[in-house]
Amino acid sequence: MIIHHPLLGPRDSSEFVYLGDAALIDRPDWQSDTAARDFYEYQYLRDNPAGPHRELWYHEGGDRSWLVVTRNTVTHEITSVEIARDVARSRGRST
Amino acid sequence: MRYSGFRVIKEALTGHKGWAPAWREPDPKPSYDIVVIGGGGHGLATAYYLAKEFGEKKIALIEKGWIGSGNVGRNTTIIRSNYLLDGNEPFYEFSLKLWEGLEQDFNYNAMVSQRGILNLIHTDAQRDAFIRRGNAMRLNGVDAELLSVAQIRDRYPFFKFDDARFPIKGGLAQHRGGTVRHDAVAWGYARGADRRGVDIIQNCEVTGFRIENGKCLGVETSRGFIGAKKVGCAVAGSSGRLMAKADMRLPIESHVLQAFVSEGLKPVIPGVVTFGAGHFYVSQSDKGGLVFGGDIDGYNSYAQRGNLPVVEDVCEGGMALMPMIGRARLLRMWGGIMDMSMDGSPIIDRTHVEGLYFNGGWCYGGFKATPASGYCFAHLLSRDTPHPVATAYRFDRFEKGLMIDEKGVGAQPNLH
Repeated sequence: MIIHHPLLGPRDSSEFVYLGDAALIDRPDWQSDTAARDFYEYQYLRDNPAGPHRELWYHEGGDRSWLVVTRNTVTHEITSVEIARDVARSRGRST
Repeated sequence: MRYSGFRVIKEALTGHKGWAPAWREPDPKPSYDIVVIGGGGHGLATAYYLAKEFGEKKIALIEKGWIGSGNVGRNTTIIRSNYLLDGNEPFYEFSLKLWEGLEQDFNYNAMVSQRGILNLIHTDAQRDAFIRRGNAMRLNGVDAELLSVAQIRDRYPFFKFDDARFPIKGGLAQHRGGTVRHDAVAWGYARGADRRGVDIIQNCEVTGFRIENGKCLGVETSRGFIGAKKVGCAVAGSSGRLMAKADMRLPIESHVLQAFVSEGLKPVIPGVVTFGAGHFYVSQSDKGGLVFGGDIDGYNSYAQRGNLPVVEDVCEGGMALMPMIGRARLLRMWGGIMDMSMDGSPIIDRTHVEGLYFNGGWCYGGFKATPASGYCFAHLLSRDTPHPVATAYRFDRFEKGLMIDEKGVGAQPNLH
């Protein structure tokens, strides 16, 4: 698979480390009344779709950026690649 | 029809006119006591033991494609029970004991071959870890033997013992481990279940569950509604897709695992061997092909095919261990979809829906578990209590912090 890095262009997927569903960006509020349950669901449960999947890849063999890659899990076709930091900021995360 | 040597001779003398299909092709009835979803090894074993050991009468097994078309026909056929943790070891030993009597039990030649499995040691730390694992096995009454380099040289003279980077320092052997003809496992269980009245319904896809007031009343399928008092799901890599129809999110990701077969060679590798410095495991089939595999590709996939970086990684492992295979040509390679759980261990449990049961999360070690998985799932379905060796395989272990994490890598499915 070739991942089209927004800054570095086409890179081989073997340069990357895979983490999983990009929903991991949305870390629950640890002060919430339901924090224990929220963190259990955040940590362990997955949608695991057959089809388009937004997921986190880390460019360990490159610029060490985190990317959000939208990839079809049935065909392995990649339709979009974003910098994870931009995605996190657009969702109101400060870091 | 019972298979036997006498029967083979009789048929040979009478022109092979007496053989009948190994199982029927029934149409689905309106309702059953128990419906098992998934015609792979685990589902077929479940149906077989429900009928044979638990006296259930009205059973159907429904399968989207044809039976044995998924992972039971795609694996590297290894059986073993060399686990470390208490939640796992008695279960896998129960499974190995069932393998040992399986062919007589279901009257089918599954070519169970206890040729032994050898896990190689390359570092001092690894030796400590394997001694610990061997001791844990023996505490559970399972055979384990630590082998010296000289003992390994006797049986495997072709290893690269003195490799500069990955020297072989010893190995942990389980002599009762081995291989089984994987397709025959599916066929044997299917035939055994069919003979005991189980309806095996192929080309019948589940499109939904009929759930009313928190109770499962049956399944909607491509061949109409089938009512059931209890429904058991054993669909491996499709677990997430199927259980989503019951509004469940699972502690499971689906990943692709590749496996490989070389051209046929003369007998050269006597047992099952695993390389300890990378991830490579190999045995030789009775047809002569080297059957081998390694890691999963590492990303969510339903594609049943992998990519080239893992092919290179697996073959590098093989070359580091036994350079003699470098001239063997690869005949076939393929991928299967693994239900990778969050701690690397399986789930055999009820769900939040009454009458709906789940069996999955086998990661890429489900084949060896087939008999025990079927037996324990049948126990749960029939008696509504978990079998004593499968009590740890619960859904709520993640929320309660009772993970069974053999590798100790945490909630990261692609590391198990």
